[in-house]
Amino acid sequence: MSDHDSVYDGLLGDSEGWAFGTSFEDPLAGVDTTIPAGVDEHALATYCLMLGDDALIYSHRLSQWTSNAPDLEDDIALANIALDLLGQARLLLARAAAADPAVVPTLPDGSPVPPEDTLAFFRDEAGFRNVRLVEPDNGDFAVTIARLLVFSTYRLALLQRLRVSNDPVLAAIATKGVKEVTYHRDYAGRWFLTLARGTEESRRRLLAGLALVWPSYDELFRTHPVETAAADQGFGVDPSGLADEVGVVLEQVLSTSGVERPDVAPTGAVNGQMGRGGRHTEAMGRLLAEMQVVARAHPMGLW
Amino acid sequence: MSTLSRTADLELARRVAAEVTDPEMPMLTLADLGVLRDVTQDGETLTVTITPTYSGCPAMATMRDDLVHRLADHGFDRVDVRVSLTPAWSTDWISEEGRRALREHGISAPGPAPCHDGPVPLSLLPTRRELTCPRCGSADVRLTSEFGATACKAMYRCSSCLEPFDHVKEI
Repeated sequence: MSDHDSVYDGLLGDSEGWAFGTSFEDPLAGVDTTIPAGVDEHALATYCLMLGDDALIYSHRLSQWTSNAPDLEDDIALANIALDLLGQARLLLARAAAADPAVVPTLPDGSPVPPEDTLAFFRDEAGFRNVRLVEPDNGDFAVTIARLLVFSTYRLALLQRLRVSNDPVLAAIATKGVKEVTYHRDYAGRWFLTLARGTEESRRRLLAGLALVWPSYDELFRTHPVETAAADQGFGVDPSGLADEVGVVLEQVLSTSGVERPDVAPTGAVNGQMGRGGRHTEAMGRLLAEMQVVARAHPMGLW
Repeated sequence: MSTLSRTADLELARRVAAEVTDPEMPMLTLADLGVLRDVTQDGETLTVTITPTYSGCPAMATMRDDLVHRLADHGFDRVDVRVSLTPAWSTDWISEEGRRALREHGISAPGPAPCHDGPVPLSLLPTRRELTCPRCGSADVRLTSEFGATACKAMYRCSSCLEPFDHVKEI
């Protein structure tokens, strides 16, 4: 088809200003973003940042596997999973900005950077609300699989409950996300089993990976006050209620793999705060520096 | 503009929009893919509603621009392309014509989409699908990856003719 010979053909807009991307200016364009009655707009926006930041930061980490994975199939798989999560992040950050524009950092007058990008690239570390599980370096493939299994099991359980959110936008994002994360969890579960039953070396690495990831497990089910408000107002999920369900699924994978839950202490709070409260691990600052540097150098750039 | 010609206009706009092709699978029109949800007219403005296949589908902007250009070629200057997130896209929306076009181009068409209304079961064994190789017709095929060249495809290999092929995976 001659129409698609070049990715630059047929793009609308000012070709001079168009520098970095081809995406929709607003992934929620045309979606009714009215706030449901009884919902606090700031709590809704903050809750969307929490789920959006989980997806954004983990997507960035997983994308670092691109061209580095053990084989082509897994390179493509991890890139696809990262892309799905990036899509979810865009929708959630756009939802946050639409619900309460006050959460979006201020840029110079006339900056064309859309709110979802401003949230991703111009917030400082303490403004991010993701759980700390998604921050550390990928480690080897076994560490990555252990983390992906825990994350996708948690996220799938969360998104399944979020499908009945009284916020129609969150409900729609969750319904779509369930379909995607189902594939992510199956991928991680199958690789977990393969590595556990593979060679002595693959099993050794998997057990080491799980032990590395496990201290971040407990935090997934610690309820932040915003999550309490989200559950009370009917638009979100109290994560403490997910622990049993996530535990059952993980037990299914672990017992099939002949692997025990690691006996390691959970990472504690710092000054009473964890990831949801903006307190992050050492890896987070370096990750943000890499992710944000180009956007911050061009606050007037059209993305 | 009379009511009659406006109706004729809307019919034309619907036909034009329906014939725009998917940028990543150009053998499929947006209508056959099930991505084109609606074309409506309000005064001089056309509103075209599309839905993403996957949340991160990078083809959405190209689809929007192709729709706007193609409709402009037919005299529709005011076109508003909107995104609808709900109901979420399903491979069940790919038309019979679309499935035929996929097979003709060596891509295996999806089976029925899984129902995700209740708790989603974990599946530790490779997905079993009753597929035949789109090149040689053999049923002796092997899944190489649940992820492929685009978000919506899995990769297979035929054990008879040894050729790899894409399968549009069920969602």
